[in-house]
Amino acid sequence: MDIETLAVKLNLDVKSAAGNLRKNITGGYTGDLLSDVMANAQEGNIWITRQVHQNIVAVASLKDIAGIILVNSSQPAPDTLEKAVRENIPLLVSPMNAYELSGNIFNLLAIKD
Amino acid sequence: MPARETEQIEFQRSFYVEGGNFDYAGIVSTSIKSILKQMELSAEVVRKSAIVSYESEINIVSYAKKGVIMLSIYADKIQIEAIDEGPGIPDIELAMQKGYSTASPQIREMGFGAGMGLFNIDSYSDKFAITSEVDKGTHLIMIINK
Repeated sequence: MDIETLAVKLNLDVKSAAGNLRKNITGGYTGDLLSDVMANAQEGNIWITRQVHQNIVAVASLKDIAGIILVNSSQPAPDTLEKAVRENIPLLVSPMNAYELSGNIFNLLAIKD
Repeated sequence: MPARETEQIEFQRSFYVEGGNFDYAGIVSTSIKSILKQMELSAEVVRKSAIVSYESEINIVSYAKKGVIMLSIYADKIQIEAIDEGPGIPDIELAMQKGYSTASPQIREMGFGAGMGLFNIDSYSDKFAITSEVDKGTHLIMIINK
């Protein structure tokens, strides 16, 4: 499943890299501690977080994360958005909390494409 | 040609890291990752190098006044060295423990300071050496085999 499909099914607000949503998602990782994500997220994962500052883009780019979804309708900081646009990293926003969103994505990814 | 050590450096580059400036945190490790990718090293080597360089870069930004990260590529290994001018680490054994951190609340709020930095560096390096002097600085040497 790609990010575009997730965005449609879960009504996510796409903030950046709208042209880069076709990457296949390999799984997901939920977390707000950057070192934890750095150590444990896998390439191609979708990252679910509450962090909105620009360092999330650096972590996503270093880990080859497929995209970042911000929870609780949290808006990216202006420099975060700018950086995500520049580095072509999909940044999306969901009104759900991390628990609900992770559960939904988990179920959707369990369905075969 | 002058005689050389057996271990010939194929590539070397140093990067300056400014302490306290989180706006650019990650830029050095991103450069290191793209250099290694261009050299067509294995995904595993690139991944491990990105993690250890990111964690050492964040440590310099979080705690030190300034520092340098030096990337050296040899025929059989990658060496990443992080040298900073900063407060140093009084108890290295304690600092290496997973979950131990002296980060300020501001740093923690950004999702750093989980006490996993040195622990991650140690886990993802094939060889890791750390020396530190209080009020002078810290010196990390991380080796990743190709």
